[in-house]
Amino acid sequence: MTSITHDESAYAPPAEVEEPELYHPKTFVGKYIWSQDAKVIAVQYAITAIAIGLVALVLSGIMRLQLGFPHVFSFITPSSYLQYVTMHGMIMVIYLLTALFLGGFGNYLIPLMVGARDMVFPYVNMVSYWVYLFAVLLLVASFFVPGGPTGAGWTLYPPQAILSGTPGANWGIILMLVSLAFFIIGFTMGGLNYVVTVLQARTRGMTMMRLPLTVWGIFMATILALLAFPALFVSAIMMILDQALGTSFFMPALVSKGQHLDYNGGSPILFQHLFWFFGHPEVYIVALPAFGIVSDLISVNARKNIFGYRMMVWAILAIGGLSFMVWAHHMYVSGMNPYFGFFFATTTLIIAVPTALKVYNWVLTLWRGNIHLTVPMLFAIGFVFTFINGGLTGLFLGNVPVDIPLSGTMFVVAHFHMVMAVSPILVVFGAIYHWYPKVTGRMLNDTMGKFHFWVTFLGTYAIYYPMHYLGFLGVPRRYYAMGTTVFIPESAQTLNEAITIAALIVGAVQVVFLYNLIWSYFNGKPSGPNPWRATTLEWQTPDTPPKHGNFGPTLPVVYRWAYDYSVPGAAEDFIPQNQPPGKKTGGLEKTPTRASLVHKRLPLRASRSHSAA
Amino acid sequence: MTYALLFLGGIMAIVVWWLVRQTVNVKPWMEQRPVEIVDGEGALPLPSVKVGLGVFLAVATSLFALLISAYHMRMMGTDWTTLALPRVLWLNTGVLILSSGAMQWTRAAARRGQIDGVRTGLIAAGVFTFSFLAGQLWAWQQLNASGYFVATNPATAFFYLLTALHGLHLLGGLWVWGRTTAKVLRGVEVRKVRLSVELCTVYWHYLLLVWLVLFAVLLHTHT
Repeated sequence: MTSITHDESAYAPPAEVEEPELYHPKTFVGKYIWSQDAKVIAVQYAITAIAIGLVALVLSGIMRLQLGFPHVFSFITPSSYLQYVTMHGMIMVIYLLTALFLGGFGNYLIPLMVGARDMVFPYVNMVSYWVYLFAVLLLVASFFVPGGPTGAGWTLYPPQAILSGTPGANWGIILMLVSLAFFIIGFTMGGLNYVVTVLQARTRGMTMMRLPLTVWGIFMATILALLAFPALFVSAIMMILDQALGTSFFMPALVSKGQHLDYNGGSPILFQHLFWFFGHPEVYIVALPAFGIVSDLISVNARKNIFGYRMMVWAILAIGGLSFMVWAHHMYVSGMNPYFGFFFATTTLIIAVPTALKVYNWVLTLWRGNIHLTVPMLFAIGFVFTFINGGLTGLFLGNVPVDIPLSGTMFVVAHFHMVMAVSPILVVFGAIYHWYPKVTGRMLNDTMGKFHFWVTFLGTYAIYYPMHYLGFLGVPRRYYAMGTTVFIPESAQTLNEAITIAALIVGAVQVVFLYNLIWSYFNGKPSGPNPWRATTLEWQTPDTPPKHGNFGPTLPVVYRWAYDYSVPGAAEDFIPQNQPPGKKTGGLEKTPTRASLVHKRLPLRASRSHSAA
Repeated sequence: MTYALLFLGGIMAIVVWWLVRQTVNVKPWMEQRPVEIVDGEGALPLPSVKVGLGVFLAVATSLFALLISAYHMRMMGTDWTTLALPRVLWLNTGVLILSSGAMQWTRAAARRGQIDGVRTGLIAAGVFTFSFLAGQLWAWQQLNASGYFVATNPATAFFYLLTALHGLHLLGGLWVWGRTTAKVLRGVEVRKVRLSVELCTVYWHYLLLVWLVLFAVLLHTHT
């Protein structure tokens, strides 16, 4: 165990945690397989999530082939199409995005950014990954069981999810539900770590308000996930009982294929409530880490402090609180009381306020910044565009009278792919380009990165913009083929072909990204400890990549917030969080004035609003 | 869903209130404050494991609140029937109270540093807890014998589900209890098990509270 020898400084608050007992592995297996080091666990999470994500990407390609060129591919049957839809959705939302943002980025960044040696419960953290891997394997297993994976749609609505007409109604659905239950157990183990590490293991001087927004986003998302996942857990258990033991939690009395089933009186609506009680916070579980990461990417690459840091934190808190009160806007078509509809439409519109605040603050951070169009910055700006687009259509769908005709059409597909598929995945890419140098010590190739960005960014617009029009025309989602539908013009099919071609191109270009990850690991330019000249603690480690224990013999002491960029009078255009005040090498004066914190080129008026924020 | 909403609303309100209190009036961009002013913005003055247990209890509360919500929503179905609850549940409740009391007594002994008291207390708590679980199984047996199995009607289904999930949580606690008791029997010092005993005590009280709420809900809706 290394001892801390903090240097004394009147400006640093007292140490907030005693030195933890670190686990010291000796063998290769202990270091990289059964590892208790959060950084290794993070990479394990990331690789697993990306691998299963690729499966989902291929599934989406197959779906697009069917939609663009119906009746050409004989291996796509109506049943298998539904199975692809279901598995694509579930994998992308839960097993890729949730796992990657919280298990991947959370594990890597939280200890490094708060100045801790590791997570507070490293053993539990390790178990968390292995339970997650087990959940993924169960999910994959469902492709190989009799009847194949479930085709119930990612929302798994009963009664159809467990009726014999639905593909995978025997094995597939059970494996899916058991896999989800394990995922939730594994996540809870990890989530306890993320929350308690942020609360308890911050280094000396790292107050909550000096945390980078990345940590704030992941922290709040974890709280949401810890409280919301039990709803999915409960509904999964209850549906397993309905399917396996014949209870009637969700299953009403019904006739299937001419036979009266034994079910009686269950409530499918109850399932919808439980599912969306999890499902809507899930949107923010994916979005909040993305919000946090994007704030940091923009600030670093605009060489400017984030506009309205406090407001950003409060917006994260407000979004987190409100996200539990909007779930039924996914159920406007379930025949709910109109007053409920009114209530949920109102809360849905209210949640747009803190979200819009964040968007304004990103744009105002860019305003007159010294913008460096690095690959992470391109992805961050791409995110802002895409998120605004997807968010605006969300306002449409949040209103009951607009939602009812559009519900179940391609408009909904376009909306949620813009807002919670493309937007977060752009942030995932940006974050990987940003932190890859810290993980490996090498830069990702810039040319490949820019190519990857432009094709992905423009390509996703080519896919999802036209899809809104398909929705307006009334093209339904989840349909295997249109057949002869009078009200849909021929041109809809042409549009579908174009979308498919765009989707295949975007899908193929991801290979360039994967190749870049591998190629740069061996051939990339050495990055040095701090290639982006950033202030946060992960860039100030003595070793790159950081060794076990992160910070060498002494933990860093934090003297300032994470956004001291372009401070007037400083020797460099960034001041690391652990640099003491008043140092010759470009620190602040002991008592900084407001004006000294504002970017040189800002006029006085802007500086006033800036400080007020 | 009103119950779940109230519980989660409450939890979120606490979280947000606490965090806002941490952040209001702080201007991180001009912060160069001396040590004494930032007191109270650091970690909670508790061991991390206790904070971890607290967070876990919030997760478990969310789970049981959602179950109770689902219970009430499903009750509105026309096929809902009331059950004659097995009498043994009253006995079980008493035994669970005793186990919680034994844990409390163990905790006091651990604070005083009396290893004998800790040993006796832990064993007593374990015996009571296992008796409770056996009693719950007996209640299942009684229901089953009178013709009510899981799928008979929604009321029995919920009865089995609620008792099973509560019992599983208790089993998880017994795993920690087993490790602690094994340590005590091997003769380690009191101070090395004091934290585990405190964690067990909190968890036992919590699960007693959950059981009392569940039992009250069952009694309220059945005869």
